[in-house]
Amino acid sequence: MSLIYPRDGLKAHPLNASPAYTSTLKRAPSQPLILLPHTLSEISGPAFGHSAVQAGDSDLTLQHEGEPLGERIIVTGRVLDEDGRPVPHTLVEIWQANAAGRYVHLRDQHPAPLDPNFTGAGRAMTDAEGRYRFVTIKPGAYPWRNHHNAWRPAHIHFSLFGPSFLSRVITQMYFPGDPLFAYDPIFQSIPDAKARERLISRFDIDTTEPEWALGYQFDIVLRGRDATPLEEPHDD
Amino acid sequence: MTERKAALGLTPSQTVGPFYAYALTPRAYGGSELANERIATDGVSGERITIRGHVLDGDGEPVPDAMIEVWQADADGHHNAGGNAGFTGFGRAETSPEGFFHFETVRPGAVEGLTGTRQAPHLAVSVFARGLLLRLVTRIYFSDDPANASDAVLALVPHERRETLIAQRGPDGVFHFDIRLQGEGETVFFDV
Repeated sequence: MSLIYPRDGLKAHPLNASPAYTSTLKRAPSQPLILLPHTLSEISGPAFGHSAVQAGDSDLTLQHEGEPLGERIIVTGRVLDEDGRPVPHTLVEIWQANAAGRYVHLRDQHPAPLDPNFTGAGRAMTDAEGRYRFVTIKPGAYPWRNHHNAWRPAHIHFSLFGPSFLSRVITQMYFPGDPLFAYDPIFQSIPDAKARERLISRFDIDTTEPEWALGYQFDIVLRGRDATPLEEPHDD
Repeated sequence: MTERKAALGLTPSQTVGPFYAYALTPRAYGGSELANERIATDGVSGERITIRGHVLDGDGEPVPDAMIEVWQADADGHHNAGGNAGFTGFGRAETSPEGFFHFETVRPGAVEGLTGTRQAPHLAVSVFARGLLLRLVTRIYFSDDPANASDAVLALVPHERRETLIAQRGPDGVFHFDIRLQGEGETVFFDV
């Protein structure tokens, strides 16, 4: 079997050894990674059907009795591979803080209010063209203890599988124009400025719905197979 | 020869952060779980096994905010066998405050390898945690499997580090597999 998942795009990823993000100091491996040729174990991967996702899982504003507080937003986009092909029927999981910058997580101690009408977790499947759509609340920035006066830019966590074990990724979506980008070691852990920009969603007036919600577009590009399969070796 | 023409740049990875559990492993929050530590239900054929371990950092301290995902073949060595009800091959577990995780599954069969070879039975593993900007990838092999000696992937690993990829069967029958992120006894992680 040919190696069909090229590696050249991987340089977009951050290195785990990113000392400005202090949690990496005792967690980044110190030994070099060992190059693994791809086998069936890597090029196959879990598939989640529509049964895993319930109707309404993609609207985070409808999960409780009342309306959550904050700025209602629509987040939508396409999941594509590196060769521009849509990734259909794949699971997208998101989670986030509420409008005040507080997670419902039991260990989040940030003294900002919890919102009884907002959990901040959602799921969706991409459609045949790789599109997904969530309705949620714009998350707030929040402080963390990485360094003096450290604040995370507002973000939504995204988790995707794609077609194989190799395409699995967890990432974060940011919002355009955030003044905290320059000070955030997690965002800045991505060495390439163009790759960093790919994590910033785009305000979109066409996604925005009148009298109701602002719209943001966020496309996600997963590890891709080579567009052209390698030829089988043959004798001349 | 063909030349790759990548049209789009990859979306970079970011840390899962410390506060993922209510979305990804939401049992304690009353949420519905997409997947958990139980990979095979009772009716699935194969040898039932339990794998237990803990995740440790460079100081040997437990990592209480890691998430482990595993992907494996069924007992016949087939991935994602559609007809195998009760078996998806995918497991997901958060670590406890003490850094522990476990999986209940069936022992995988030998999987097709490179150029007609067979791979020793194993699970593919992703490790996510606060402080990991990109998931770490490793494998779990089984200590009592003679096929390990001829496995092509284990052969890539320096001899003195191979043990870090091999779950040891204890007297209780449970396989033990610790994940050491850094330092002495550091688990072998793969560049995929």
